[in-house]
Amino acid sequence: MPSLNDYLILSAVLFTIGTAGVFVRRNLITILLSVEIMLNAVNLTFVAFGRAFGTVDGQIIVFFVMTVAAAEAAVGLAIVIALFRHRESLNPDAFTALKW
Amino acid sequence: MLFYLFGAVAVIASLLVIAQRNPVYSVLLLITSFGALSGLYVLLDAPFAASIQIIVYAGAIMVLFLFVVMLLNAPHEDTDFDERTHPMLRPGPMRFGALLAVALIAELAWALARSSPLTTFTNTPVTSIQALGRTLFTDYAFQFEVTSVLILVAMVGAVVMARREDAPGGKR
Repeated sequence: MPSLNDYLILSAVLFTIGTAGVFVRRNLITILLSVEIMLNAVNLTFVAFGRAFGTVDGQIIVFFVMTVAAAEAAVGLAIVIALFRHRESLNPDAFTALKW
Repeated sequence: MLFYLFGAVAVIASLLVIAQRNPVYSVLLLITSFGALSGLYVLLDAPFAASIQIIVYAGAIMVLFLFVVMLLNAPHEDTDFDERTHPMLRPGPMRFGALLAVALIAELAWALARSSPLTTFTNTPVTSIQALGRTLFTDYAFQFEVTSVLILVAMVGAVVMARREDAPGGKR
């Protein structure tokens, strides 16, 4: 029977994989996917804590996180499409017009 | 035992998501990872979270990603430099980023090591969707309504931003 700490460790590992993906990869789509990995790691933490405390609030916050993730994916992918139309590239280093 | 199976699948699939060059494979592997996470939610007596993980996340959001990847038709990271080297082996800022990730997991491990000793799940689980819905529409009713506004704004924003500039009726 795994304990709460096992779930938290797994969630920490997944979150770190997502963070590494955001830092290491140079492809806008993959960066957005890494953000999704991080959101899911946090969801796992919420569900595990909700189970440990015997309340329903953890699952409700997961519901809200998924809604925000859907909005984030829709807007982020729209931005990616608009950027790709301008530069024919998905490399974030290609978009430096606002860099000072 | 199932915990270790699902956890291993989630971690390995997530690692492969980062290591893949082709975004299509990344999206498909991420769906695998979400399936494993859904199994973990079932183990945590959260069937509602498990089902919306599959239906909404793997079924809707990831299909949206797959749609955009195939629409853009740019499967590879497209500079010469990216073609030559594997993503995990690049110098400079990317190595620094990997270092930051290692520092993050060290901090998280340290925090977990300092936490209270192993907590097992002793409470009776709340599995009924009835209880979940009652809490969602009473205690969290305001947040629920705000979420609907958020979805509306995201929908309008996505339509406006992804519209072609020379589209009929486009004014930009």
